[in-house]
Amino acid sequence: MNRVTSYLKSLMLLELLAGLGLTFKYLWRPKYTVRYPMEHIPKSNRFRGLHALRRYPNGEERCIACKLCEAVCPALAITIDSAPREDGTRRTTRYDIDLFKCIFCGFCEESCPVDSIVETSIHEYHFEKRGENVVTKPQLLAIGDRFEKEIAAARAQDAAFR
Amino acid sequence: MSAQPTAPAVPPDHVTIEIDGKSMVVPKNSMIIAAADKAGIAIPRFCYHEKLPIAANCRMCMVEVEMGGKPMPKPQPACATPVADGMKIQTQSQRALSAQRNVMEFLLINHPLDCPICDQGGECELQDLSMGYGRSVSRFVEKKRVVPDEDLGSLVETEMTRCIQCTRCVRFMADIAGTYELGGMERGERLQIGTYVGKPLMSELSGNVIDVCPVGALTNKPFRFKARAWELIARESIGYHDALGTNLWLHTRRGEVLRAVPRDNEAVNECWASDRDRYSSDGLRAKDRAQKPMIRRNGELVEASWAEALAFVADHLRDARGDVGALVAPLTSNEEGFLLGRLLRGIGSDHVDHRLRTLDFADAPVATPFEMPIAAIDKAKAILLVGCNPRHEIPLLAQRIRKAVRAGAKVHAINPVDFDFNFDLAGKAIVTPAAMLDALLGLAKAANDAGHLPESSALAQAIAGLSADAKAQALFKLLADAPESVILLGETALNHPNASSLRAAARFVAKVTHSAVDEIPGGANAVGLARAGAQPRQGGRDAGALLANPPKHLVVYHTGSQDTSAPAAFDRARTEAQFCVYVGAYACNGVQRTAHAVLPIGLPPEIDGSYTNLDGTTQTIDAAAKLPGDARPGWKVLRALGAALSIPGFEFTAIDDVRAQMAADGASPVTATNALRPRIEPAHGRLVRIATTAIYASDAVVRRSPALQAHPLARPACVTLHPEDALALGLGAGATARVSGVELPVELSTRVPRGGAWIEAGLKGSAHLPPHGASLDITKA
Repeated sequence: MNRVTSYLKSLMLLELLAGLGLTFKYLWRPKYTVRYPMEHIPKSNRFRGLHALRRYPNGEERCIACKLCEAVCPALAITIDSAPREDGTRRTTRYDIDLFKCIFCGFCEESCPVDSIVETSIHEYHFEKRGENVVTKPQLLAIGDRFEKEIAAARAQDAAFR
Repeated sequence: MSAQPTAPAVPPDHVTIEIDGKSMVVPKNSMIIAAADKAGIAIPRFCYHEKLPIAANCRMCMVEVEMGGKPMPKPQPACATPVADGMKIQTQSQRALSAQRNVMEFLLINHPLDCPICDQGGECELQDLSMGYGRSVSRFVEKKRVVPDEDLGSLVETEMTRCIQCTRCVRFMADIAGTYELGGMERGERLQIGTYVGKPLMSELSGNVIDVCPVGALTNKPFRFKARAWELIARESIGYHDALGTNLWLHTRRGEVLRAVPRDNEAVNECWASDRDRYSSDGLRAKDRAQKPMIRRNGELVEASWAEALAFVADHLRDARGDVGALVAPLTSNEEGFLLGRLLRGIGSDHVDHRLRTLDFADAPVATPFEMPIAAIDKAKAILLVGCNPRHEIPLLAQRIRKAVRAGAKVHAINPVDFDFNFDLAGKAIVTPAAMLDALLGLAKAANDAGHLPESSALAQAIAGLSADAKAQALFKLLADAPESVILLGETALNHPNASSLRAAARFVAKVTHSAVDEIPGGANAVGLARAGAQPRQGGRDAGALLANPPKHLVVYHTGSQDTSAPAAFDRARTEAQFCVYVGAYACNGVQRTAHAVLPIGLPPEIDGSYTNLDGTTQTIDAAAKLPGDARPGWKVLRALGAALSIPGFEFTAIDDVRAQMAADGASPVTATNALRPRIEPAHGRLVRIATTAIYASDAVVRRSPALQAHPLARPACVTLHPEDALALGLGAGATARVSGVELPVELSTRVPRGGAWIEAGLKGSAHLPPHGASLDITKA
């Protein structure tokens, strides 16, 4: 009996019509897709994109070379060398993030005791040459300097939940 | 049957206690914490250290104790509570844990929250224990204490705000180093640890305060902020700046040695390391490190490939027809020494030697292992130091002697300088090198007077006309009466122009008094190189003859001019040589100027090798660091050279094969004789050079370590005179003297005997001076 019913159903193209019915139903509903380069979907203030190193308002870099981010990084993407600066404070002499290795998990940001390394909402960037995937300390600081306002605002929004 | 008394299984002087329900038998009068440590029961502690006296001032090790069924009214500190029979101890009870937590809260009151910038972070005892016993939130809202820092010199960095006042460093400096340089000022919360006078730590063991410090108050200065504990890979290694062979962990990152910390070995270094072994690693990365093989073409030293350089060297050595000599620095490994000896003998020369600072070769001396092992020296009852400054020669040996003195040993010294010891001397004779010989021969005469005849006729002749004074008699009696006695021959005795007589006299006295003779080997691996055969076997030229009468072809193995007794002669020898190949680690100016070929090889931390220490114990280590540039391990270079010269015995491929060959060959035959060198009398009325190797100039690596060179003990050369001698010469402190053509600043000290002029060796400024025991021309400059 079962076999007869399914034979008849397929003969009458019932499944196909049901599927096309769904298609027609969605045809009249609002679209989900955005026209990406021109349009953006809203981003969470916790979005984890390109990294940045922040500074204090007085211009002093925040990073104290404690190396917790290097230790916690599950992808081993961070490499830090440290030394005393002339004024005797503990500073990095090298702070490299290999963006090919990075999995944007946000652990570095999570572990940072001084909110220095952060992940910004920037996710549109590209590399043209081999080696550009490693972002260095001056680059990271420059990103931080440029987007400090946005970074600080996102942190302020999230502060109550941390 | 009547009840038999059951034999208790408790040995005498032991008691039965119970810790956390575990019954154990422990020695009487030991502390609870020691018993717990032995049983593997962890009790938190900060001030307790196995090797230091008990202070009981951190109060972290509180435990609950029950005696005779009655609990003690308060928790007791486990480090200061001796065990008693039937004691029941709870380390994990509610009361004990609450006491420990409360103490931790007090300790953290003033401790700053700067772990992210603290070098101790990740290896900090306070950090570790606060994870278990600390509260997550501080209840302390008042102001925290801040303590100003003191500059303790180039080796130890301070951050005294972090100090928790456990006083381990104070106790270390007082009890182990014996220099009493640190102390506590003020009381209670205001207690501050420091030197009070604000001068750098002068002890040669100062780096150990870093290890004993449980927090980040005292940290390694050259290592400051360089790396974190978790990034470092610890590799087993040994120190190679003295013959002790201190066991070390080398902490490396990406193949680079960043620091060294001691590795426990009760028979060698206990848990300490000297500053020389701890801080030398920066010398491995010196600017003049040889990185590429070089050969001289048209008078220019140019870089070459290994194949070219080896062929170049092999051609010249083949053409030498046996007129080759080799000078080997004593930090060379056994394998390299063995292969170099075989290589030289393979091309028909026996002129190979590692005894670079020895002056007297009359009795063909080679370094011999200590007759009384270093671990037994702390139990010696009488010690005679002859020409020995253990603090600078082997710093941890001085620590052992200090231990012996504290246990009641009597130490006498016959020294050319009244060295600043960290133990008390029972008697001393501070005399010129020539008079030192008289003193020792006098002691031999005292032995002779006691009815003993020296075996060697030469010694019998030497003491024939002498008479033993009361001092010598008393010293002889002391050595003879002591159950455990030792005669320590140090650098200024073994590098004496009449060392053979000193050695013969010391051995004779030791034999008569049943003492041991410990000769401090001249360099890290002198004992091993003597066994491996890096000295003449069949009448070849020894180091003295090689320098005085150099061959046309010279192999310089790791040796720098300042490693030899006669830097000027060494320089002349390599300048005038028809062909000089430098096989070593540093292409310094002298090498650049004189070498015809440079073969860069690795230093001990970078190569596989075995080293024999002063006890005769061979310690084998694996390479811990990367070789710089194109440098290769020395044994591989020698293998390639041997193969290029088609010498049999160079067909091996692994270092284990070399070791097997060394084992098959056995130790090099000892050629020592009883001959004595005729007495060298200093010129009348002239001052005699007293040469001790400067502590931070003992080998090429130490001389290149920036941290050690910045230490106050690494001073430029100066001449130290007795004030009366200086007055006679018209010289005052701070004046400049012309000493045998070299201008040196003058210092005055009554530590130098009359007739002597103390000028440290191994320094640039003193390189061109005559050796130990030679007469000097001193005038006002």
